[in-house]
Amino acid sequence: MNKTQRDEIEAALKQAEAFVKEVKGSVGLPIVPDAKTGAATWYDQRELRLKYTVSVEKTRRFFEGLADGRIMATRCRRCGELYFPPQDFCSRCGSEDVEWIELSDVGQLLTFTVINVKPMSFSHYQDYTVGIARMPEGINVLAWVDGDPKKLRVGMKVKLKVVRRQPENYLIYEFEPVE
Amino acid sequence: MSSRRVGIIGAAYSKFGDRQDVNLAELTWEAFREALQEASIDKDEIEFTVVSNVGAWSSEPLPAVVVSEAMGLRPKGSVRVEAACASGSAAVKLAHDIIAAGQAEVATAIGVEKMKESPTPLVVEFIGRAGNYMWEFENFGLTFPGYYALYATAYMAKYGVKEEDLCEVAVKNHYYAARNERAQFRNEINVERCMRSPYIAWPLKLYDCSPITDGAAAVILASEDYIRKHGREATWILGIGSATGTSNMSKRQDFTSLDASVVATRSAYSKAGIDPGNPVKSIDVAEVHDCFTIAEILAYEDLGFAKRGEGLKLLKEGETYKEGSIPVNLSGGLKAKGHPIGATGQSMIAELHHQLLGKVGGERQADIRRGVALAHNVGGTGHYAYVTVLSLHKEVEA
Repeated sequence: MNKTQRDEIEAALKQAEAFVKEVKGSVGLPIVPDAKTGAATWYDQRELRLKYTVSVEKTRRFFEGLADGRIMATRCRRCGELYFPPQDFCSRCGSEDVEWIELSDVGQLLTFTVINVKPMSFSHYQDYTVGIARMPEGINVLAWVDGDPKKLRVGMKVKLKVVRRQPENYLIYEFEPVE
Repeated sequence: MSSRRVGIIGAAYSKFGDRQDVNLAELTWEAFREALQEASIDKDEIEFTVVSNVGAWSSEPLPAVVVSEAMGLRPKGSVRVEAACASGSAAVKLAHDIIAAGQAEVATAIGVEKMKESPTPLVVEFIGRAGNYMWEFENFGLTFPGYYALYATAYMAKYGVKEEDLCEVAVKNHYYAARNERAQFRNEINVERCMRSPYIAWPLKLYDCSPITDGAAAVILASEDYIRKHGREATWILGIGSATGTSNMSKRQDFTSLDASVVATRSAYSKAGIDPGNPVKSIDVAEVHDCFTIAEILAYEDLGFAKRGEGLKLLKEGETYKEGSIPVNLSGGLKAKGHPIGATGQSMIAELHHQLLGKVGGERQADIRRGVALAHNVGGTGHYAYVTVLSLHKEVEA
């Protein structure tokens, strides 16, 4: 496995922690020079971990659909507005009468990018491609695009599929180019 | 709807960049003290304080209180506002509206951001989350450069634009930042150097991106009555347009224009009496939201400075340089002056206030003929948009 950005980040943080520990040991204060400016900075002695629990009660059917390999959207029975991501009320007409529909699996790639510099919580992945495709129903889906990004072109056909994301091992959808 | 005219009597921004030599309050003080000096008022005359700060990467969760205490503005009322990268313009709008509604004679909008308190990967994480967390970040790990890269790819495909072309924006903005002593980057660059820089979110490279910045900016606003009574020098707010885009990128119909930016522009032009068919003829100088090179090109078109697909042509023909028909980002822009998220809006407005009054001076001073300037401030990736029109006069001259 190639070295990831996370390995680099963790190595840098470990080095910083070790330095602060040494300074505290000798001087008695967690004050270290800023790497760029040399200004005195207080190295925080408190740490905060963030992990949210988000309700998916109203959109359970979407997640249950993934287990069957289906990507679901919702449609307002009153005005016909389509929702992806799915929601159980209609922002357009105010109705709460929505039905679940399965999306077609082949869409047209509108745009894409390759994430080279990653967020901390994605830094264990190799570079990944994010694309947005227009589906035949007239709505767009944003997801990772599998395969070599050099072979991707705006306007090409891409297919939605359900995969297990590793290393977390959970179901999610992604695109793959249609040959 | 009739409301009172509001003017700006003092404005300033701090030196932007790596500012770990100061904490949040000390950084704010640099900008506030200068704005107060220009306004030549007693700080006790300020009746309300709006503080823009996005935070999370910095340690103070109640920045409006920290700022009010340190600036000596308490116990008057205050609030912190968030409109992502447009927070500063949102703060100016609220301070403006409070005065326009007759709820205060003098109010201030103060922006501050201390992004250097956290390591870069964590800042990348926080900004990447600023879209739709559950549907676009949690599973797909977008970053802020990634969001704009989606626009860049679509724009390049539609109009046959190359990466080299986008670099031209960075070249212009570094040119002016090199002449702005408060800018983060004081170096000129060329297209080759930009092209050699590493990819951050293909097709955007390091030099296509605005940096992570510490900075503060303050704007002091007053009612027309106050300004007349005290004989203050002022620039006038002719109109502020605002709009909100979709949280989910997937809900956008088109990736070659920012809807929110178009709606905010239309509203601002209408309020200010600017012809949307030919705004260039009414405006002397503009600061636009160039968080990425592609964003400046989109801004030219969304503001009507160029037709669709012709934004690059406007730049390449030199029209957005100081000598051109519509100088843009003579401060160096977000790209090179720096982008302290919550302070960017006030820094644009402070810059334009001084441009209109001829106080910028030197190589960056625009020719002020019509006395009108425009600040275009986008929050997130077209999640919010604010367009503010300033003038030396209380009306646009026909």
